[in-house]
Amino acid sequence: MEYTIFILLLPFLSFLTLGIAGKWMTHRKAGFIGSTVLAVVTLLSYITAWQYFSAPRLEDGTFATLMPYNMTWLPFTETLSIDLGILLDPISVMMLIVISTVSLMVHIYSFGYMKGERGFQRYYAFLSLFTMSMLGLVVATNIFQMYLFWELVGVSSYLLIGFYYTKPAAIAASKKAFIVTRFADLGFLIGILIYGYYAGTYTFQPDEMSLLTGGAAMLPLALGLMFVGGAGKSAMFPLHIWLPDAMEGPTPVSALIHAATMVVAGVYLVARMFPLFIGYAPDVLHIVAYVGAFTAFYAASVACVQSDIKRVLAFSTISQIGFMMVALGVCTSADPHHGGLGYMAGMFHLFTHAMFKALLFLGAGSIIHAVHSNEMSAMGGLRKYMPVTHVTFLIACLAIAGIPPFSGFFSKDEILAACFQFSPVMGWVMTAIAAMTAFYMFRLYYGIFWGKENKELHTEHTPHESPLAMTFPLMFLAAVTVVAGFIPFGKFISADGTAYTIHLDWAVAGSSIAIAVASIAIATILYARSQQPVADALARRFHGLWTAAYHRFYMDEVYQFVTHKIIFGCISRPIAWFDRHVVDGFFDFLAWSANATSDEIRGLQSGQIQQYTYVFLLGTLALILLLLL
Amino acid sequence: MEYYLIVSAIMFFAGIYGFFTRHNTLAILISVELILNATDINFAVFNRFLFPDGLEGYFFALFSIAISAAETAVAIAIMINIYRNIRSIQVGKLNDMKW
Repeated sequence: MEYTIFILLLPFLSFLTLGIAGKWMTHRKAGFIGSTVLAVVTLLSYITAWQYFSAPRLEDGTFATLMPYNMTWLPFTETLSIDLGILLDPISVMMLIVISTVSLMVHIYSFGYMKGERGFQRYYAFLSLFTMSMLGLVVATNIFQMYLFWELVGVSSYLLIGFYYTKPAAIAASKKAFIVTRFADLGFLIGILIYGYYAGTYTFQPDEMSLLTGGAAMLPLALGLMFVGGAGKSAMFPLHIWLPDAMEGPTPVSALIHAATMVVAGVYLVARMFPLFIGYAPDVLHIVAYVGAFTAFYAASVACVQSDIKRVLAFSTISQIGFMMVALGVCTSADPHHGGLGYMAGMFHLFTHAMFKALLFLGAGSIIHAVHSNEMSAMGGLRKYMPVTHVTFLIACLAIAGIPPFSGFFSKDEILAACFQFSPVMGWVMTAIAAMTAFYMFRLYYGIFWGKENKELHTEHTPHESPLAMTFPLMFLAAVTVVAGFIPFGKFISADGTAYTIHLDWAVAGSSIAIAVASIAIATILYARSQQPVADALARRFHGLWTAAYHRFYMDEVYQFVTHKIIFGCISRPIAWFDRHVVDGFFDFLAWSANATSDEIRGLQSGQIQQYTYVFLLGTLALILLLLL
Repeated sequence: MEYYLIVSAIMFFAGIYGFFTRHNTLAILISVELILNATDINFAVFNRFLFPDGLEGYFFALFSIAISAAETAVAIAIMINIYRNIRSIQVGKLNDMKW
């Protein structure tokens, strides 16, 4: 499996080439190089997956954990060091497939979407950098290597969100994303350091001796802090504020980074540390579930009233990642048959969600490309003009709503089954959120493709279907969404590694399908026609709630208040005053006193001979006195 | 003997006082002469009253008078050069080498 190093090296070389030599290349050549490299990487990922999963299992029924490379890089002590390497494990191989496939689709799509944009080569360079960083994150052999690539992914996200760097909103959004995730990464780093100290190693198998002699008590703290870092990257409440603003970046970037890959890094972290969570910190795992559930509910309620289609999809992403965190969080053991179903469900949902969310974002990009606006008011009745986009978007909406036979149904059903196994309350809460998901997604769908057409806008510039470079990824991802549900996921990935056959629990499945269909029906009644009297009446009736949800429940204002009034006003301003007046004042005083002293002494150099001899006489008298005494 | 020493002491301190307080450079030179003459008196007195058998004191006083004459000549030459530069013999005006 030594060829796996090329999965990381090739995008890195592509980044260097396009970054350094990009300005002397034509757009076509840069796009071609980027996409070809990604195609090779995707092929290598599929070959890796094929080889890994077709190898015979070990005696206990699990797949072997392979480490083709593991190099000691920075030693701290004889036993503790930061390594760099490649770890092949069921979830890392699955993530390789997801990342490379979605990235390849985004590369092909960007060929059409970013046509004619200034900075085309820079865009492809950053896409390659991001792909390399994310691939490096998932194959990390130890938590420090994961942190390294975690930060690289954050940097790539910053560069790509701020791609249109002449637009102030984009610059502000990229700074916000980087600062919020960096702030969460502080918790992550502290967690890593505590883990490294008490577990005796940075790898994912802690040293048993260190744990027995007191380390095990600190492990919940370390894992909780690591989850804080994961919560920042995965946009959990209250660190979610950066993700809606990150939609300022180009839409393919939103598809790749903020829907399918980077935002699932937090989920991947929890999955990677899952054995440790189950063994040493099961309560922290339940906290993960509660945070995820609240985030899912919050994001779903905000998504119901947004008018910018990318914001709706952003909040939908936050909500679905909440689902994945809940799935991981409700696990009570590592046995998939008794309490460990959530692990498999969460990973399955990660896989299917990446595909259909990327499809939704790329479809949104196609729509934005056609009507040159993000707002739903510029859309309506587009199904006549954009058939391919319409059908693929509809498939994705059905998948996210959880309608069989699309993939979203299978993965979401497993999550709901795991929640019901944990507690009925959690199960019904998540079912309700799934109903909200179906509702707002179909509100979005009807608002774009049905409803009242914006005639003035359409007479100037008739919307047309997108070119093949953009529709091919849509069709490919739609095909994946249709068949992915039937993959026997449990055979490959489960909480303890043994094969698990997915059974459909018809009680859970039936109720979730019924509730989803009911939500879609409500959305159809409210939004499918040209006029929306019921929706408008409801908005007027609950005006306060509607406005609050539209403003995302004022979370951004809360952050502004806390940072400006409390942190800047009460902490930073006194410290700045102290620095300027006390510390600088002390040195200013020293300088002033030296100056004043020299001003006094300078009077002695008057040029008057008589004064000089006078001083000479005084000195002589002083010496005589000294000699006498 | 003491009375002669008192006289030379008065001459010496008068010379010092004059050196510090006079504005005219010629007056300063006169004060310097006073100081030197006072020391000559001192040498002569010590020779006559403490060492009457030798003549070293008188010889040293003779040397001192000769040297003071030479030094006065040099000082006058300097003062003439100063006058040529600053057109004044007030010592207060001679303050270029100051801060």
